[in-house]
Amino acid sequence: MSCEVDDAPHHQPRIVPLRSGGTDAGERSEGVEGGRSLLALAAFGQSPFRWGDFVTEFLWLVIALPLSGALVLHFFGRYLKGPLSGWLASAAVAASFVIGVVAALPFFEGGEHGVTVLLWEWMPAIGANLELHWDPLAALMTLVVTGVGSLIHIFAIGYIHGDDRFSRFFTYLNLFVASMLTLVLAGNYAMLFLGWELVGLCSYLLIGFWFTKPAPPAAAKKAFIVNRIGDFGFMIALMLVFTAFGTLSYAGVFERAGEQLTSGTATAIGLLILVGAAGKSAQIPLYVWLPDAMEGPTPVSALIHAATMVTAGVYVIARSAAIYELTPLASTVVATIGAITALWAASIAIAQRDIKRVLAYSTISQLGYMFLAVGATAYVAGIFHLMTHAFFKALLFLGAGSVIHAMGDEQDMHKMGGLRRKMPITAATMGVATLAIAGLPPLAGFWSKDEVLASSFARGGWFSFLWIIGLITALLTAFYMSRQWVLVFLGEPRWEESAHPHESPRVMTVPLIVLATLSVVGGLVNTPFRTSLEHFLEPSFELVSLQHPDEGWLMFALLAGLSVLAGLVGVGVGLLTYRRPLERWRGFEETFEPLWGIWEEAYRVDDMYGRVLVAPGKRVAEVGAFDVDVRLIDGAVDGIGRLVRSLGQWARPLQTGFVRNYGVLFLGGTLIVVIWLVAGGA
Amino acid sequence: MVEGILFVVMGISALAGAVTVVVARNPIYSAMGLLGTLFSVAVLYVVQLAHLVAAVQIIVYAGAVMTLFLFVIMMVGVDKEETRKEELPLQRVMVGALAAVVIVAAGVITVVGDFDWVPAATTITGDSINGTVQAIAEPLFTDWVLAFEATALLLTIAAAGAIVLAQFKRQRS
Amino acid sequence: MIVPVDWYMALAAALFLIGALGMLLRRNALVMFMCIELMLNAVNLTLISAGRAMNDINGQVAVFFILVVAAAEVVVGLAIIVAIFRRRTSASVDELSELRG
Repeated sequence: MSCEVDDAPHHQPRIVPLRSGGTDAGERSEGVEGGRSLLALAAFGQSPFRWGDFVTEFLWLVIALPLSGALVLHFFGRYLKGPLSGWLASAAVAASFVIGVVAALPFFEGGEHGVTVLLWEWMPAIGANLELHWDPLAALMTLVVTGVGSLIHIFAIGYIHGDDRFSRFFTYLNLFVASMLTLVLAGNYAMLFLGWELVGLCSYLLIGFWFTKPAPPAAAKKAFIVNRIGDFGFMIALMLVFTAFGTLSYAGVFERAGEQLTSGTATAIGLLILVGAAGKSAQIPLYVWLPDAMEGPTPVSALIHAATMVTAGVYVIARSAAIYELTPLASTVVATIGAITALWAASIAIAQRDIKRVLAYSTISQLGYMFLAVGATAYVAGIFHLMTHAFFKALLFLGAGSVIHAMGDEQDMHKMGGLRRKMPITAATMGVATLAIAGLPPLAGFWSKDEVLASSFARGGWFSFLWIIGLITALLTAFYMSRQWVLVFLGEPRWEESAHPHESPRVMTVPLIVLATLSVVGGLVNTPFRTSLEHFLEPSFELVSLQHPDEGWLMFALLAGLSVLAGLVGVGVGLLTYRRPLERWRGFEETFEPLWGIWEEAYRVDDMYGRVLVAPGKRVAEVGAFDVDVRLIDGAVDGIGRLVRSLGQWARPLQTGFVRNYGVLFLGGTLIVVIWLVAGGA
Repeated sequence: MVEGILFVVMGISALAGAVTVVVARNPIYSAMGLLGTLFSVAVLYVVQLAHLVAAVQIIVYAGAVMTLFLFVIMMVGVDKEETRKEELPLQRVMVGALAAVVIVAAGVITVVGDFDWVPAATTITGDSINGTVQAIAEPLFTDWVLAFEATALLLTIAAAGAIVLAQFKRQRS
Repeated sequence: MIVPVDWYMALAAALFLIGALGMLLRRNALVMFMCIELMLNAVNLTLISAGRAMNDINGQVAVFFILVVAAAEVVVGLAIIVAIFRRRTSASVDELSELRG
């Protein structure tokens, strides 16, 4: 799946030590010019500086720039006044984006397989080096992370303005981007896991950013701990991979997957990777941290818990496609979990009052769609939805942040309303996002969600049932999103006297506009009429058989029509219900009691976890700390002390202070020695 | 023959002196007893042809050391007599036990065990080792010269130390 | 007749034993010191006898040294005794029992 770009002999002296020598089994050398794209030709073809060299020389900057941004801001942030640190951080990420674009040029024509760049030999014996694997999938993820990331950085300059830990925030943000890129660009599972853990750390740091309040640190801990549970499964999966293949590098694993793995082992690995992915991407049963993670500042929610970190689980499953190829069972489980989570979370979302919680459960639900896609081996569809979701979900979160900022940190939607006149840009962009997520054409969400659903339907059997679940979820999605938009922006104002809502400054609205544009046109990269994205990603998935939607206009029209219908119904119900005055839609909500209450309390899952898992754990810890540690261990140690003391007391009378007594002892001892010697002792 | 008689007589004398040291109440009497023992032992040295050592014993030990002892007894303890009562519990018992053990053990070893007190003993000829001045001086200044120097140093230090110890009190009183 | 070396050893042992017992039984510091001298003399006798039996002059050389060292020891020891007991009413060592446990 990866290859070395071979140098023609006359360029030999320019090879730098970064190139890995022969670590990949089965190299395929591409043409000397490194890609047939016209653009690539324009950029690279005419100069002696070729694409392979460019990647080798400069790709590491993609990670290094945000990382050094984090370091600079960590040490010197307090000396930089005002928003300068924010612009510095944004510039680092934007520069990474530019490098990524240039490095990805040959992929746009398709067919280019990519290269692996060895940075440093870390643990070569297990195939774990610091190596960058640059193929279309990695390139796409990089562009999404850095592109959306830089927009969110710029937004955050406005949102975090005035906080006394302004620079620290951007330190963590940059560190996060660097970590996520490490994860995405890794060439082996070990480096991926390194990035995996680092993003978890950054998530913890950023969720608990306002640590002087009681809720954020608790939420940060919860996120970290629940993630850890997933990581446990993931680590076991990596150990299984190593046992089966003797190496952790992608090159060693994916090409030999067919020969080395029994389907039993593959299933085990697949399911364990799912455990890890479920933790990181908030699927059942490990999703409970994501709603609480909304305690972090809104740019954090946008970047980490919508656009990028939570997609790591999807990415890892897509990356390991060669393994899932061998285990239909594990794939089916992935898809089922995804679909059920989608429906579950959507049902919770419709009853939430907090503007960010709606979006949190919405994220969980949309991630469920992605899992459904990759579980149905429609990897391109899954990644496509990942990309469009990044656009509109980031937009939704940033818009919510704009609203919260304008309303003076008010987050209860029941206290908003009629903000359309006060915040027109925010209202318009969020409206676009709402329509996109509802899956209405020709916006981005329609194309990606439809491809996911159609692929599931095409796979048939059990997946048809999952398709139905997906369809119902689409309806609910449209409903709760429009409910949210209407509650916030339409109707009569319900806010308190102290709030003075206003439109946000340009530094916050410009990213909204850019993301809205992407939400509109972003879907056009992969329509059934022109599957550009699929061509783009094809080289990354050539070892597996991709699931596609059924061919033919009829099927397309039928399925698409159903999705659109679901979307329209959802939007319509939401619009009509919530436009009415407060008492009317309150009444609507009450008609669904007690169901509405259960949804609002998220099925009381946190409660149950607390009773079943947390409380016994605490009890065990208490026993360990107070009974075992204090009584047993401390007792043993104290007992030894007491023993020594009493021995001393017992031996005390020997020291009488009288020389003559001591003399007796001397003599007695000497006598014993002499007799022993005389008796022939050695 | 002569040696045997001398041995017996001087042996008894030495033992008598030793017992006096231990038993006498007045410390002066103990000093006298010790003197007797020293002289007897010196004679025994002469009997065994250790002439220089005997001479040194009398001059240094009996002459200088005992004189010193007598001076100190008169300075410190001439009119202080001990009571016979033993203050420390069990002391006499323990000492008695020790003595018994030693005697019994020595007896057993001598009678029962075939034990050579001096395994390397050879037959003694007439004047095989004659402890004349030359005979002792030779190893003293060749083989043992280091020890010789060291003991000289020791003596010097002892003398200086004694002066310091004795003087210190005097200044304060 | 030549007195067997065993007899000399026995005599020396007896002197030594008497000296040791005296040291443990008497309380007067000076008498204790004298008993130490007795023990040293017993050892000297042993060495002379053994040297004669082994035909080795080093026995007498060793005695020489012991003599010298004993003299030095007496000097220092008596100085200490003087320093301690000068102003006390009794010369008993049982009074010096402050280093008890």
